[in-house]
Amino acid sequence: MPFLHLPVLAATTGAPAAGDAIHEVILKLAGVDYLILGIYFAFVLAIGWILRKYLKTSADFFESGRSLPAWVCALGFIGANLGAQEVIGMAASGAKYGIATSHFYWIGAIPAMVFVGVFMMPFYYGSKARSVPEYLKLRFDEKTRALNALSFAFMTVFSSGISMHALALLLNSILRWDYNVCIAVSSAIVLIYIVSGGLTSAIYNEVLQFFLIVLGLLPLVLLGLKDIGGWSGLMARLQDYSAAQGMPGAWSHSWAQMGSAKANPMGIEWFGLAMGLGFVLSFGYWCTDFLVIQRAMAAKDMASARRTPLLAAIPKMMFPALVILPGMLAVALLQKHAGFQLPPAADGTPNYNMVVPAMLAQYFPNGMLGIGLTALMASFMSGMAGNVTAFNTVFTYDIYQSYLHPKATDAHLVTVGRVTTVVGLLISVACAYAARQFNNIMDMLQLVFGFVNAPLFAVFLLGMFWRRATGHGAFWGLVLGTLAAMGFQGVTLPVGASAGIKGGWLGAHWFFSSSMAQNFWMAIFAFTGCFVATIVISLATAPNKTDDQLRGLVYSLTERIKDHGTAWYARPATLGVVVLAAALVLNVIFW
Amino acid sequence: MHLDVRVPLGLLFLLLGIILIVFGLASNPAIYAQHSLGQNVNLVWGAVFALFGAVVLLLSRRGRSGGQPPA
Repeated sequence: MPFLHLPVLAATTGAPAAGDAIHEVILKLAGVDYLILGIYFAFVLAIGWILRKYLKTSADFFESGRSLPAWVCALGFIGANLGAQEVIGMAASGAKYGIATSHFYWIGAIPAMVFVGVFMMPFYYGSKARSVPEYLKLRFDEKTRALNALSFAFMTVFSSGISMHALALLLNSILRWDYNVCIAVSSAIVLIYIVSGGLTSAIYNEVLQFFLIVLGLLPLVLLGLKDIGGWSGLMARLQDYSAAQGMPGAWSHSWAQMGSAKANPMGIEWFGLAMGLGFVLSFGYWCTDFLVIQRAMAAKDMASARRTPLLAAIPKMMFPALVILPGMLAVALLQKHAGFQLPPAADGTPNYNMVVPAMLAQYFPNGMLGIGLTALMASFMSGMAGNVTAFNTVFTYDIYQSYLHPKATDAHLVTVGRVTTVVGLLISVACAYAARQFNNIMDMLQLVFGFVNAPLFAVFLLGMFWRRATGHGAFWGLVLGTLAAMGFQGVTLPVGASAGIKGGWLGAHWFFSSSMAQNFWMAIFAFTGCFVATIVISLATAPNKTDDQLRGLVYSLTERIKDHGTAWYARPATLGVVVLAAALVLNVIFW
Repeated sequence: MHLDVRVPLGLLFLLLGIILIVFGLASNPAIYAQHSLGQNVNLVWGAVFALFGAVVLLLSRRGRSGGQPPA
């Protein structure tokens, strides 16, 4: 679940400006496009159907029997993370913030992915935990597990609902398909392939979706670049644009304008960016969110599990070229007045959420249009399916088997998993309709997720690397950290916003240049609060586990993994260093 | 034998690639002037898809005949 900005895909109804301005983007599909869509969905369902007969145990259904090769897990890892909010949202951010949007990738993902692969996977995979909450139970206690399981289950099923809603809204907007039909069909397809094939079916489809998204959207970027006069043409236009906004250079540099929050359109300075996004939020998601961790835990052995996030980091590093560039191109193309247009948003400014559909309409003839549309739909559905598999696993193992029916047989658990998939999707559908009814729901949920996620990483970090951390410390640290996040949001407000959902509901005392800055600083505050609270409470309470119980769960009590048998270039540590170096080079190039 | 993900992956892209190529050859060239800057993107990218699909299928064959699929 991308932890920031969900674009609100409201129907565009701005008044037409003078001349030939457009109100909306409509894609006209031909027979070949429907054929392409149909073939894709046939494959998706067929994969689930074929995998049915290999599904024998609950380990098969929920964990793929821990049998998949690293590259498959890696693409699943990325695919589950890559919802369409990312494709659509990053393009919108690319237009609003320029190349600085790459921070969500090069510091907002890569370091955390390397850390989880090299340092944390040994504990997740080696502990034989079947889920992240189960790790917390083994390391800490039941109440910590319950807190994490319940909050995660809630967040993940609601995220799935929001994805469903965003997809239906988009398809209704650009294709005029009925909203209810979109909801019904998308949830039915995801339901069928997950109920039949379990996690393996979800991961296999994520692999297909990954390549479809990359190969489907690449021509869009290439054609856009050609149209604007190549990279230098793009940079020249962005330089003009940023100067006109009063922030010269901001759209074509990622760090140069980070000295002050007023010099860049994100409204953030480098410290808040690096610590809030780069550390707390990034590590909080990539190192603890079961949605992605589940894919690494499906690997066939420890080395593959460790390599999964590292291999995934490689395409992740290159995604800015695919998802951010369209946004930057859109801004430049609008400047060029060459025929490319965006419909206006409610406040009259261009609706940047429509960048990808508008570019599809502009550059893709029928045929490729079908591919582009399929790629978009695939990205939405991979996000939904990822949430659903994470939900059904956490519910079945951490809630049902732990508290409701501990003596359940293995076959019974598989049935529960299937039923939970259905129920989970129904709840998601309800949530989608709620989001449609009350637009604020999406913002509210994002806010709640932010509160819960911010302190998480502190507990995992202390749990894995500090033997003395206790169950009471972890549980109360999480609670206090979440409350700290809420309190922080209550007393701060972005400049220009009114008190309410944006903050300041306890009385606004401190102001930030943007919501993003407020969000990053809230994360720093909550993490620090949780970190300190967990340490203090752990020291004040007795350890609740013996050293024997903690073996394999904590750094100091676990045998170091010896990679001597593997060639040096295949070792996780080496791969980690290479990935970090590459990310550093990218940061320097686009400084 | 478990299903190797490279089989449906390769098949899908090969099939989609062929559809794009056929459509690219059969369609009116005027639409490419309007949309994709004059290039027949269906033909070109259809070939890319088909090539990708074929390569992936070949790799899955090699994996099977070699015994254990590579890690």
